[in-house]
Amino acid sequence: MKKKFWLVSFLTIILVVLSGCGKQNSSQQSVLKNARASNTLTWGVKGDTKLFGLIDVADGQSKGFDVDMAKHITKHILGPKGKAKMVTVTSQSRTPLLKNGNVDAVIATMSITPEREKILDFSHSYFDAGQSLLVPKSSTIRSAKDLNGKTVIGVVGSNSVNNIHKVAPHAKVVELQDYAQAVNALKSKQGDALTTDNGILYGLAVENHGFEVRGGTFTKEPYGVAVNKGQDDLTKAINQAILEMQHSGEYNHLIKKWFGDVPGFDYKELYRK
Amino acid sequence: MQNWINAYSWLNIRFLLLGLGVTIFISVVAVVLSFILGSILGIIRYSKIKYVSAILGFFVDLIRNLPLLLIIFFTYFGLPNFGFKPDTILAAIIAMTVFESAMVAEIVRSGINAVDIGQMEGARSVGMSFLQALWHIILPQAYKKMIPAMISQFVSLIKDTSLATIIVVPEMMQHAQVIYGQNANYILPMFVALAVLYFIVCFTLSLIGNHIDKRLA
Amino acid sequence: MINIITHYSHQLLSGFGWTLLSSVLALFFSLIIGSLFAIMEILPNKTARFVGRAYVELFRNIPLLVITMFFYLIIPLYLVKINGFTAGTIGLTLYTSAFIAETIRSGIQSVDTGQMEGARSVGMTYWQAMRYIILPQAFKIVIPPLGNQFVNLVKNSSVLAFVAGFDLMYQANSIASTTFDTINSYLVIGVLYLIITMPLSYYMRYLEKKIA
Repeated sequence: MKKKFWLVSFLTIILVVLSGCGKQNSSQQSVLKNARASNTLTWGVKGDTKLFGLIDVADGQSKGFDVDMAKHITKHILGPKGKAKMVTVTSQSRTPLLKNGNVDAVIATMSITPEREKILDFSHSYFDAGQSLLVPKSSTIRSAKDLNGKTVIGVVGSNSVNNIHKVAPHAKVVELQDYAQAVNALKSKQGDALTTDNGILYGLAVENHGFEVRGGTFTKEPYGVAVNKGQDDLTKAINQAILEMQHSGEYNHLIKKWFGDVPGFDYKELYRK
Repeated sequence: MQNWINAYSWLNIRFLLLGLGVTIFISVVAVVLSFILGSILGIIRYSKIKYVSAILGFFVDLIRNLPLLLIIFFTYFGLPNFGFKPDTILAAIIAMTVFESAMVAEIVRSGINAVDIGQMEGARSVGMSFLQALWHIILPQAYKKMIPAMISQFVSLIKDTSLATIIVVPEMMQHAQVIYGQNANYILPMFVALAVLYFIVCFTLSLIGNHIDKRLA
Repeated sequence: MINIITHYSHQLLSGFGWTLLSSVLALFFSLIIGSLFAIMEILPNKTARFVGRAYVELFRNIPLLVITMFFYLIIPLYLVKINGFTAGTIGLTLYTSAFIAETIRSGIQSVDTGQMEGARSVGMTYWQAMRYIILPQAFKIVIPPLGNQFVNLVKNSSVLAFVAGFDLMYQANSIASTTFDTINSYLVIGVLYLIITMPLSYYMRYLEKKIA
């Protein structure tokens, strides 16, 4: 009896304490000021996504369009000697890490959505993606509507998973940890299609012959740089940096660098002035 | 065949071994810390100190009964709420240490209990204090008995570091995933390599454990 | 936290169900497989002993995650399609059976060897002695450690989340990324795991005391 009392009272205390922690301690320190003081911006970038942020086996560093953008933006904000520190995030971990302050900003194929805007702030869109499908070349799936009754593979924490429920309500969705698992699961026929943004899918299609991107884009996924709520000065600085990059041609240079050789992808459509 | 040769390029093998290094680093630190912490917790629990033993014991049970994956999430995503922001490797070490300490504490507790209780009374009756009896009589026997369970727990610890891939700790499992993420044809060679490397490390530790066990028994 | 429980009760319950189902299935099959290999390990036949030992060492020394992902991602490439839940349950079964084999073997061997000789000397066959003398005693010894294996099994079933096995952990990942309320999502399923594992491990400790 005594034991039970202990048990119940402790469980209650722990739950109360921990659920208290669940509420964000929105410390209103200026991330931008801290970054200027330490001359370092800490970025959350992808490590599993070709063309945007993919870890290079040679040096263990993440490389891609997002990573280069992060480096350039850092220079624009902190000056030529500013350091950009990269933390590898997944679609699942990027939001909690940003909210907790492990990273100052996230540039990781993250679409600006109304749900996310409730808890995070976004810069202006820096890349216009749209959701599409990767299927085996022999597949009968032509568009998103054909997914009803089929199994679709997505990645935990990505917006694509939510969208599928809207365009094909009767599709079965399985969520995997990252794109390495997802594309291998597609090859192992654990699903009939892999869905995410077209840019990511083109990256996957390059390495995996026998698979192609299909069905056009059936959503608009404008990628934004995510920062914590209440960091308006940082958001402004990032917007300013992106604008400067577009004017100077740095942006187009990066687009060409990463998307210039991707088959089936008209990179010039992505150019911005 | 060509896939296998390409998969085992020096670049890839080097990357995998770098991951193995991190796996071993996390494991060694966590083994040492959890052995110490777990022993302390186990002994406190056995000693039945009023309230302290019960409260600590309850926390030990709580952690022992949760999946390690959850502890990893709580560490990496939860600790920053208390103003402490560990990077991935540190988060993995903390999570492994917390989880394994609880497991070790249980091994220590039941190991001590398995040593005849009469011995404690005997030692006390010849004038030893509780701590003297514990240190000189009970613990040496208990720890000898615990060796197999302890080794098995530490082998599990090494294997369980693979779960840390979920928060992108650059350990061996994660590095293998990066390699087959670049080229899906490498997936089978990578899993074979993973199985072989984990097996070598874990089996070696088991053998060393058996050897120590036989020498001391 | 209350929000998560009320809004996602359906997902949570289904996760709870899949976790429980996977654990029970894996326990059932790993008990059978584990017992078989334990017996092989103590047979007089050398080859059988080797096979038993090799099986146990193989699956005890490779991470569960590696085994599970192997069944999810690789077996379908060459043999047959296995969905996430099944792949996870197979992985759990193979992994746990090695531990169960080890537990049962050491249980049998801890029963005094003199008893086997005694039973044989009064005319029992090897199998009769096993069946009537050794196993009943060994059974009592191994119950608490087997129970602990089951607790481990339930905890380890969280590996299903890596292969979309619809278990509690998978649901929590999904809920956490929809609500952005990471800590509370995991707290809720933590409590659900404890509902299964806590009573079990307290009961096993009680049994352990009773037997000792």
